[in-house]
Amino acid sequence: MQLITCPYCGPREEVEFHYGGQAHVAYPADPSALSDEEWAHYLFFRDNPRGPFAERWVHALGCRRWFNAVRDTATYRFHHIYRLDEPKPETT
Amino acid sequence: MTAETLARSGPLQQLTDRLAELPRTVQVVPESFVAMIDLRLDPAGAAGSDVVSYLGVDLPTTPSTWVETDAVRVIWLGPDEWLVTSLSRTPQDLEAGLRDAVHGRGAVVDVSGQRTALRLAGEHARDVLSAGCAIDLHPRFFRRGAAVQTLLGLASVVLLALDDTGTSYHILVRSSFAEYLARWLLDAAIEHSDS
Ligand SMILES: [Zn+2]
Repeated sequence: MQLITCPYCGPREEVEFHYGGQAHVAYPADPSALSDEEWAHYLFFRDNPRGPFAERWVHALGCRRWFNAVRDTATYRFHHIYRLDEPKPETT
Repeated sequence: MTAETLARSGPLQQLTDRLAELPRTVQVVPESFVAMIDLRLDPAGAAGSDVVSYLGVDLPTTPSTWVETDAVRVIWLGPDEWLVTSLSRTPQDLEAGLRDAVHGRGAVVDVSGQRTALRLAGEHARDVLSAGCAIDLHPRFFRRGAAVQTLLGLASVVLLALDDTGTSYHILVRSSFAEYLARWLLDAAIEHSDS
């Protein structure tokens, strides 16, 4: 089983975690000004890269904290794990 | 006709006899009616230091640890969350005291009914846990002062090491999962029976 390193608890089995989708999706500054199409893009449209992808995860069965991770969608390898108050690491 | 007094009971009461029959090397003892208060605040702020002087012990800020005084045990649940438990204080008294100390700068909630506590002790206590827990329980890493939130069997638990030899643990489990977990422990203990 794959281990995921919680920024607080350290390495734990993946069953303790839940996936939270793409990270760093900013809430629109003025939602009421958006067209339906723009709002739909905010709600439903996400990147779907092959390779490194910044994602949100939560240590659901441990400390129940959200954090961010850069994970390679092709290999499942976690390249970076960082707290919500830490900047997104540079990825190449 | 006299009014009947309702006796307090816990979710493991019906298993009392079966738990008592467990081998000496794997003892499971329900600990009834532990006061448990969920505490959330910024440990670096003023509420943090007021709570520390009220409890008489520093809030543990190292993940997966617990500390205690004569009256309370404080378990790390998150960077801004602790579980304060006590066998000697009532939930009402402990909640009121903490609420005074926090004074609106955090959250204090009585969650005593949320979890059931049990002691797991004996020579084979660690072997029984290892059958259903992915945490490295070797006393080199998991010793007195350690407290992890994880899965045991399929139940979400808070697991505390009480000694440095892997023979004494404290388990906090959601009350609705307590019977399942006790039955799981009964089953896992079979292979360690004395005979
Ligand atoms: Zn965690």
